[in-house]
Amino acid sequence: MLQPTFPPRDELQRPAFSLADIAVLLGTLALLYTFARIGTDMLVSFRPPDIIPGISLDPANLPYYAARSTLRMFVALLWSLTFTLTYGYLAAHSRHAEVILVPLLDILQSIPVLGFLSVTVNGFIALFPGSLLGLEFACIFAIFTGQAWNMTFSFYHSLKTLPRELDEAATLYRLPLWQRFTRLEVPTAMVGLIWNAMMSFGGGWFFIAASESISVLNQHYTLPGLGSYVAAAIAARDLRALGLALLTIGAVIVLIDQLFWKPLVAWADKFKIEQSSASEAPESWLLNMFRAAQLPQLIGEFLAPAGEALDKFLSRLALPLKTPSNTWVSSPWFDRFFNALLVFLTVGLLAGGIRFVVNEVGVGEVAYAALLGLATFGRVALLLGLGTLFWTPIGVAIGFNPRLARLAQPIAQFLASFPANFLFPFATIFFVRTGISLDWGSILLMSLGAQWYILFNTIAGAMSVPTDLREMAANLGLRGWRLWRDLIIPGIFPAWVTGGITASGGAWNASIVSEMVTWGNLTLTANGLGAYVALATAHADWPRIALGVGMMSLYVVGANRLFWRRLYTLAETKYRLT
Amino acid sequence: MVTLPGNNNILLRAEDLCKTFPLPEGNGVFTALKDVSVTVRNGEVVALLGRSGSGKSTLLRILAGLIPPSSGEVQSGNKAVRGPNPDVAMVFQSFALLPWLTVQENVELGLKARGMGREERRARALKAIDMVGLDGFESAYPKELSGGMKQRVGFARAFVVQPLVLFMDEPFSALDVLTAENLRGEIGDLWEAGTFPAKSILIVTHNIEEAVLLADRVIILGSNPGFVRGEVQIDLSRPRNRATPRFKALVDHIYTVMTNPAAKVAEAVTKVVEVAKPPTPQKAPPEQFPPLPHARAGGLSGLLELLVEQGGRDDLPMLADRLRLEVDDLLPIVDAAALLGFAKVAQGDVMVTPEGHAFATSTILESKEIFRQQVLDHAPLVTLIYQTLKEKNDGEMRADFFLDILDEHYPDEEAERQFGTAVDWGRYSELFEYDARSGWLWLPEVASGGPDE
Ligand SMILES: Nc1ncnc2c1ncn2[C@@H]1O[C@H](COP(=O)(O)OP(=O)(O)OP(=O)(O)O)[C@@H](O)[C@H]1O
Ligand SMILES: [Mg+2]
Repeated sequence: MLQPTFPPRDELQRPAFSLADIAVLLGTLALLYTFARIGTDMLVSFRPPDIIPGISLDPANLPYYAARSTLRMFVALLWSLTFTLTYGYLAAHSRHAEVILVPLLDILQSIPVLGFLSVTVNGFIALFPGSLLGLEFACIFAIFTGQAWNMTFSFYHSLKTLPRELDEAATLYRLPLWQRFTRLEVPTAMVGLIWNAMMSFGGGWFFIAASESISVLNQHYTLPGLGSYVAAAIAARDLRALGLALLTIGAVIVLIDQLFWKPLVAWADKFKIEQSSASEAPESWLLNMFRAAQLPQLIGEFLAPAGEALDKFLSRLALPLKTPSNTWVSSPWFDRFFNALLVFLTVGLLAGGIRFVVNEVGVGEVAYAALLGLATFGRVALLLGLGTLFWTPIGVAIGFNPRLARLAQPIAQFLASFPANFLFPFATIFFVRTGISLDWGSILLMSLGAQWYILFNTIAGAMSVPTDLREMAANLGLRGWRLWRDLIIPGIFPAWVTGGITASGGAWNASIVSEMVTWGNLTLTANGLGAYVALATAHADWPRIALGVGMMSLYVVGANRLFWRRLYTLAETKYRLT
Repeated sequence: MVTLPGNNNILLRAEDLCKTFPLPEGNGVFTALKDVSVTVRNGEVVALLGRSGSGKSTLLRILAGLIPPSSGEVQSGNKAVRGPNPDVAMVFQSFALLPWLTVQENVELGLKARGMGREERRARALKAIDMVGLDGFESAYPKELSGGMKQRVGFARAFVVQPLVLFMDEPFSALDVLTAENLRGEIGDLWEAGTFPAKSILIVTHNIEEAVLLADRVIILGSNPGFVRGEVQIDLSRPRNRATPRFKALVDHIYTVMTNPAAKVAEAVTKVVEVAKPPTPQKAPPEQFPPLPHARAGGLSGLLELLVEQGGRDDLPMLADRLRLEVDDLLPIVDAAALLGFAKVAQGDVMVTPEGHAFATSTILESKEIFRQQVLDHAPLVTLIYQTLKEKNDGEMRADFFLDILDEHYPDEEAERQFGTAVDWGRYSELFEYDARSGWLWLPEVASGGPDE
C-alpha cells in the first residue's frame, strides 16, 4: 500500500554530542545558579522600622535588582498558571461552581487592583512576621492579579469549546480524567493560554513599578528591585539613574522575550487545532538549539519510565466518569436551593457594602466620587478617541505593507509591555517645567501605556484584510474617505474593538498612578477617581478605598456592558471577514 | 429482560429509543428519534441510511453511550449501557485525531487509557498501524498527513482496542472521491479477508452505493422525527461488483425509498425484508408548515434544465453520479422540485412535469412568474411571510417574528435553515426582500400587485 517517504525521526543520524549540547548545559547551569542566589535573598529578615532593605542608586546593582524583579514576575506567572488551571477547570466542569466562578471572575477582572495594594501589603506582612517574604508575596500578588484573570478566562473558554469530535473520542476511549486533562484539555487550550500569559506578563512590569515601593499608613516599604530603584531615583531626583533603569528594563524585556516567550510560542505551534500545516510557523533560535541538542532528549528518555509510572498513578486516582457528562444528575430542589442561596448572599453582600460606605462617609461623598469618576471617564474616552485618530492611519499604513508590518509589530508589542510608569518621571518634569496641569497631563500619562494596544491591534486588523478586497477597491477607484468608509473601517473594526477594550482597561488601572505623580518632594495631583483612590490608599482610609475602587469598578463594568459588549457583538456578526 | 432465541448472537441491542432536545427559549422539546429499535448481530455489517437530520449521528452516539437516550435502553452484550460503551470504538467523520500527538501516540490513546504497559502498547499499535498501511509514519504528526492517511490513523486507533462493534460516522465523506473509494475498498477487503479486528460494523452513511457495497443489512431512517422505516437485506456475495444487475437493482430500490417518504421499504421488486413494526405515525410536527427541502432556487432551475436536456427523465443514481453529488446534496433539490410540482419521482427515476418544463425553458421573467405561482401554492411558509407583509400597513416585518414561530417546531439551527430557504425562494420569486444585517423583511416597491390580486 503506502511506502514510507522518510525514515522515522530517531533513525536520523546525529553527532553524539554537539556544540548545542554544551550551550544548553551551560545555560541551564547559569540559570540554576542565578535562581539559587537570588531566591535565598527573598528570605532576608525584616523588622520594621529598624531593618528595612535599602536601595542603592549605584548602577552596578542594576543587574541584581533586575534579576530580583524578574524572579518575582516568574513566581507570579507560576501562581497565575496554577490558579488558571484549577479555577478554569472547576468553572468548566461543575455547573454549580460555574454559576459563581464565572461572574466572580468578571468582577475581579474589572476591579482596579492597584487600589487594593495597601490592603494586601498589610495582610501579607501580618502573615509572615519578621521576614521579607510578606512583602515579596504582596508584590507577587499584585502582579498575579494583573495576569491571572485573562489567562483563566482563556482556559475556561477553551474547555467550554472543545472540538466536539475530539471530546467524544476522549470519552469513548475512556481516558481517565488525568489523561483527558493532559492530552486533550490543556493542549487544546495551550495556544490561547500562552498568548494571554505573554500579553499579561508584559502588563506585569507595570505592577512591579507600582508595588515594589509603596507607602501604607505613612510607613514606607521597599523591596530590592527595578521598581524601587526607580522610586528611589525619583525621590533623589537622579535623572542619570532613571535613564539607566529604563535601559535595563528594556534589555530585560527583550531578553525574556528571546529566551522564554519566543521559544514557548514556537514550541506551542504544534497545539494549533487546524489540521493543515500553517504557512508561516513561528521560529525561535533557542528552541532550534534545544532541538538540535542531544542532551534534552537523553534526559527525556532517561526520565520516561518515571513519567510513565507517575502518569499511571495519577490516572488511577482520577478514573473516567461512568456517565457521560450531560447526565450528571442534579435534583431540581438542590438547584433551587442553590440559586436562592446565591441571590441571598449577593444581596446581603451588596447591602452590607453600601451600608458600610454610606455610614462611614455619607451620601455626599458617594456623589463626589461619582463626579470624580466622570472626570476620569472623560480622560479615558478622550485618550481612546485621540489614540484612535492618531494611530489608526499609521497602523493601517503599516499593516498594508507586509515588510513594514513584520518590522513594526514586535516594536509595538515591546512598547505595550514596556512599563509606562518608568517613563512618568520624565513627563512629570516636563509638566513641572511647562506648568501644564496634571488634569490634562494625566491623559498623556495614561496613554503612554494604553495607546499601543490600539496600534498593534490595528496593524493586525489591517493585515487581515484580504489582498483581493484591496485590489478590488483599487480597481473601483475607491480613494480617500470612501476607501476608509467602505473597506478599511469595516475591515479593521473587530481588531480595533479588541484593542479598545484592552486599552480602556489599562487606562483605568493606570489612572491610579497617573493622576497623582511625584518628583522629589513635589507632588502633582489631578481631579479624578484615580487620584482619589491613590490618596485614600496612602492614608489607609478603608471606607474611601472601598468607595473609590467600587465606583471605579462600576464605571468599568458599565462601560463594558453598555458600550464594548455591543461593539463586540457587532464586530462578531456584521464585520467578520471570514 | 426478554431473552430471545439466539440472543447470544446479538452484540448490541437498542429498544424503543426516544431522544428529545429542548427547543430554544423553553418552547418545549424537539423529537430527534422516536421509538427506534435496532440490533447488531455477530459478524454482520449494518448500515444506517437516512436523509440529513434523520438522527443517524444521534442514534450512533446513543448506542456508543456518548449521549443518554430520553427513554428506552441500549444493551451491549447483556449489560445495559450507561456511559461510554466499552465494547465500541468509533471512527469519526472529521478524523478526531489529536494534532499534538504522533501517529503512534494517537493510536495508543485507548490502550494507555486502560493502563496498558509501554511495551505491549507499542507492539499492538505498530501492528494496527501496519494493518492500515501506515508503516513508517509512526512518528509523523497528523498535520503532515493527507486526509486519507489521517483517516487511516482513525481506523488504526479504533482497531487497536479490538472492539466488538466498530462504529463509523460517515468515515469517508470528508475525503475526496478517489481517496474515499480507495479506503472504502481496503476496509471492505479487510472485512472479507476475515481478519477484521472487530466482530461487527455499524456504519452511518448517506451514500447509497457505499451502503450496498459494504453492508449486509441497510436500516433506513425516516425524518421528523427520526424513526426506522425498515430495512433492506443486501444478499449479494462478496466481494461485491457494482456492475451486476442485482447491485443496480438494490441501489435503485433504495433510491426510490429514499426519495419517497411514503413508500414502503418492503415494496420492492427484489428481495426485501419488512421490519415487524410499521413506522410509527409521527407527532404531526408543523402541520401548517411542512419542512421545506433545503434547495436554492438557482439549483432547482439548474437541475430542471439538465433534466429537460436529458429528455425530461433520468435515473437518480446515474444523475447523482454524473453530477458527482452525494444523495444528501441531490435529494433536497429533487424534493423541492417535487414539492413545487416541477417534477415527479417514481422507481428511482425523476420526471419533469409540464410546469417544470415551462419553468426550465422560459425566459427569466416568465420563469420567475411560474416559480412565484408554484411557491404560493405549495410552500406555506413563504405564503405566510408574504401574507403577513401584505397585511402590514408599511409592508415591513422583523425576521424574528417568523423565526419565533419556527422555533416552536424546530431546533434553532433548523429553524434558521427553514427561514433561509423561505427567504431564498421569496427573493427569487420577488415576493419579498430581506436585509440580513437589519433583520427586516419587506415587500418590494414596484411589486405591481402580487399574482393573486
Ligand atoms: N445537541 C442537539 N441539540 C438540539 N438538536 C440537536 C442536537 N443534536 C442533534 N439535533 C437535531 O437532531 C436532528 C438529528 O440530528 P443528527 O445529527 O443525528 O442527524 P444526521 O442524520 O446525522 O444528519 P447528517 O446527515 O446531517 O449528519 C437534527 O434535526 C438536529 O438538528
Ligand atoms: Mg450526522
